[in-house]
Amino acid sequence: MSIFDDAKQAAQGLVQAGMAKAVALAPDSWVPGGKPDPLIRQRHGAIGKPVSRLDGALKVSGKATFAAEFPVEAMTYAAMVYSTIAKGRITQITVSEAETAPGVVVVMTHRNAPRLNPPPAFLSESKAAAGDSLPVMQDERIYWNGQPVAVVLAETQEQADHAASLIRVGYEAEEAQTTFEAAREQGTQQSRFMGQPLHDEVGDAQDAFAKAPHKIDATYTTPRHNHNPIELHGVTLYWRGDGSLRVHDAQQVVAHTAYTLARTFGIDEKQVVVTSPYVGGGFGSKTLWQHQILAAAAARLAKRPVRMVLSREGVYRVVGGRSPTEQRVQLAATDEGRLTAILHRGLTVRTAHNVIAEPFILATRSLYGAETFLLDVHHVDFDMLGNTFMRAPGEAVGTFALESAMDELAHELGIDPIELRIRNEPEKDPISGLPYSSRNVVEAWRSGAERFGWERRNPVPGTVRDGGWLVGMGCATATYPYHRMPGGAARITLSADGRATLDLAAHEMGMGTSTAQTQVAADRLGLPMEAITFNYGDSTLPGLIMAGGSQQTASIGASVIAAYNKLVGELLKLAGNDSPLAGLKTEEVGSRDGGLCALDEPDRFETYASILARAQRDTISVEAEPPMPLETMHWSMHSYGAMFAEVRVNAVTGEPRVSRFLGSFDCGRILNSKTAASQFRGGIIMGLGLALMEETQFDERKGRVLNPSLSEYHVPVHMDVPEIEVMWTDIPDPHAPMGARGIGEIGITGTGAAIANAVYNATGRRVRDLPITLDKLL
Amino acid sequence: MTPFKYTRASDAADAVRKGAATGVKFLGGGTNLVDLMRETIERPGELVDVSGLSTEIVETDEGGLRIGAGVRNTALAEHRRVRTAYPMLTRAMVSGASAQIRNMATVGGNLLQRTRCSYFYDEDGSRCNKRVPGEGCDAIEGFHRGHAILGASDACIAVHPSDMCVALAALDAVVHIEGAKGARTVPLVDFHCLPGDRPDIETVLEPGDLITAVELPPMPFAAASTYRKVRDRASYAFALVSVAAAIEIEDGQVRDVRIALGGVAHKPWRATRAEAALRGAPAGETAFAGAAATELAGARPLADNAFKVRLAERTIVSVLCELAGVTA
Repeated sequence: MSIFDDAKQAAQGLVQAGMAKAVALAPDSWVPGGKPDPLIRQRHGAIGKPVSRLDGALKVSGKATFAAEFPVEAMTYAAMVYSTIAKGRITQITVSEAETAPGVVVVMTHRNAPRLNPPPAFLSESKAAAGDSLPVMQDERIYWNGQPVAVVLAETQEQADHAASLIRVGYEAEEAQTTFEAAREQGTQQSRFMGQPLHDEVGDAQDAFAKAPHKIDATYTTPRHNHNPIELHGVTLYWRGDGSLRVHDAQQVVAHTAYTLARTFGIDEKQVVVTSPYVGGGFGSKTLWQHQILAAAAARLAKRPVRMVLSREGVYRVVGGRSPTEQRVQLAATDEGRLTAILHRGLTVRTAHNVIAEPFILATRSLYGAETFLLDVHHVDFDMLGNTFMRAPGEAVGTFALESAMDELAHELGIDPIELRIRNEPEKDPISGLPYSSRNVVEAWRSGAERFGWERRNPVPGTVRDGGWLVGMGCATATYPYHRMPGGAARITLSADGRATLDLAAHEMGMGTSTAQTQVAADRLGLPMEAITFNYGDSTLPGLIMAGGSQQTASIGASVIAAYNKLVGELLKLAGNDSPLAGLKTEEVGSRDGGLCALDEPDRFETYASILARAQRDTISVEAEPPMPLETMHWSMHSYGAMFAEVRVNAVTGEPRVSRFLGSFDCGRILNSKTAASQFRGGIIMGLGLALMEETQFDERKGRVLNPSLSEYHVPVHMDVPEIEVMWTDIPDPHAPMGARGIGEIGITGTGAAIANAVYNATGRRVRDLPITLDKLL
Repeated sequence: MTPFKYTRASDAADAVRKGAATGVKFLGGGTNLVDLMRETIERPGELVDVSGLSTEIVETDEGGLRIGAGVRNTALAEHRRVRTAYPMLTRAMVSGASAQIRNMATVGGNLLQRTRCSYFYDEDGSRCNKRVPGEGCDAIEGFHRGHAILGASDACIAVHPSDMCVALAALDAVVHIEGAKGARTVPLVDFHCLPGDRPDIETVLEPGDLITAVELPPMPFAAASTYRKVRDRASYAFALVSVAAAIEIEDGQVRDVRIALGGVAHKPWRATRAEAALRGAPAGETAFAGAAATELAGARPLADNAFKVRLAERTIVSVLCELAGVTA
């Protein structure tokens, strides 16, 4: 990032900080969520029911069409060649053999690629979606080991793959920064998140730490991780005669991607249409990377449609992952276990071409009521593929460090680790000073502990044995913030036959969004679920809605509320003076049984069909945008969980296995108990992988990933995953749409620490370096 | 994948004839070879499918088993006589790969599996003496946590990935080979090579040689044998260390013993030193630990795989104690 960009970010930060003070002090009623969503009170509708995925039958019968399955006439298939140096230039690239190989349509390199603008990097502006802002195949420069240097299009995938293997590339390597220690010696930089520095100070934490009677000072390290959604990143696209670009993609940011592709190709935003009806997992990775841009560029060159599906290795070369971290946590406490200081500082790795630094202090900002804080993230820049967000960026690895340290402190003090956490329960957000919108983590702790049988835990490490296995229990707090990004919008179309259609550029990546939001829409409109059509995954639909940061539920919710309120206003106008609803204001009206009613007098009621018929209308359609998400500057809004693990460590070999897990969550109201349970469990399984096995082998000598495959990059297999129990408070957050906070990421938080703490309880061995492999326990 | 010709051998003689030409590879289940072809590490001009040949398991006159090279791993693992007479073999096989892969993979192909060293697989970006003799080895100073601690060389520290072969090594298996000069047999323990300065040469097979069968001699005390695989996840991972063992105890003394190790060397590692130390020794943890230490005394670990020495020792002791019915 340039100095100019840094200054711009800092200025934005100051404006935001000033605005934040004003919003914090504003009356509740001025703030979105100040008046609770009326749906919170409705307890007998579709919301909360364990409705099976509406698209489940399509998926299991193979009828759901994914991005790489759309048939197009005259298709070409793409394969890529990746650089083998981390920095330098291409001196020679021999494509003649590939060009004459059977079936080859075109070979594209920097020498013949269409001229393109660098794509705006994600978060650099509101609609940007690219993994980084580097030019894409525009010159001979190499920026990372694995960068695409050639694209082959052929009549079949096999022909393309073969031709790509015939391309020979010569390089002149330059000295690259790919070594953590060397980069650290050259100096570190302050990291930022959403424009604000990742640095917080409350009181004099250093002094409080020095004076405290009990303290923990430990360094925790987490490795690099790569994305492995089961669906490979694939795209099918073509240019139309009018110069527009049609893209079938696997996406969690359709509108952002359409905009960014348009900017890159120098065409109007409306000329790019991106759709993504089904996605086989995203986790932060299904955004815009070089492969879609290169596929579109090659399609332009060949004047043919292109299908590009990254190989599993290709995903490691082209799609960024989670950066490694080194985190020092210092905790200071009184004899009674009251925290007097939390210091959480450390280092991560970034590239100079994007704005994403792993923000591992985020959870620490609001979890415990310490008297003083010193939190900081610095980074070094590497010559590597742009790192990116991966499920709970910051919190997933940050809670490993903080919650391991809390366990160490509990042991040092001789206090039960759950009790220690409860003793440090804050009354208000310790750093922002804001009141919590809804915080019931103590209830989650107590109900979870009872269900898990925590009282059976022997606090003395290494004392419980079952045959050849050492058995231990551990716990940790999970937490993830409520976010709502600006830019939401929704369109509702109501027809005289009693059906409603909702249109939003939102996403279904397998988590159940389309099902849960259909349930919400049914309750909000007073219609049966069968009468609702929920359209999503299309950049031409309203809204700039990101399926990320666990914020899509809130973003859709607030957008639909805005559209609904507008719809009610329009319907009241149409209803006129002859309606039982005459004279009512929008806020006095709700929906039931296919019509509107007065909230206080449900018998004052008229059906939508009747209103539309009297007005001689077949349909009514409204579109609206929600207010800016000021609620997060007025309340401290977070989800919580109490995580419990039981592990077994083999006394001979040190093999660690998780034998039981329970997550007790406080995430506001749960919209669909079936899909929610699956999401919680999925997050916990990913957290189990983070704890015990996930690690990218990044060879620092060359800046190259050496285990780009599912056989060598370990994620949990079925046999690694025990029975996972999940439960939740179901207490609505009065300031969130539907009373619900997103649940996509919280499952992975706290899980790593709960397992590490259980390993300590089982063995007496404190592993502070993930993953916890058996060699660290021998 | 480089385009190739596919033919099917009608019998062993036909296969040997076809296999003598340059660029020809025999195809069994294809579970490793086809992967390597996709990665363009293997680029055969012709594949001769031998998966339909010799698919029987028959009892030999001596009371052992002769297993056809085309027998699928699942079929062998499930075979009644294997399960009762050589249980370590069944356990080794079912701990390898996944059910789907085992349904395809053949016994002959399993013997010819190639290493999963990351640098061997990284054809474009890394040096490997196994792929290009004399090029250099990037693993020695790179990621080598899973690599060899026994019998490695300055040229190669890769390990043989098979579980099945570890059990075969312990069971005194013999490999039957059909070649241009006729039929011959090679003991399994001599079938694979140590890397030396030619890690690209992995077995004693000559061009055109076809594995036709693996023979297990009778070994009554193997009826109580076992296989223990230690790995980073519960399934679908290669062994960090594995131990195949059988022990015969009489009057508290070790009468006979077989021990082989996986995940530690360029070949399935028969622990002959440990076996020699144990024959005639009192069956107990002390002797087991002494024998394990004797075997591992020759280990030459690197920075990141030193743990394997201790892991191998502990696993050997644990497995022997279990078989001997004594507590560790």
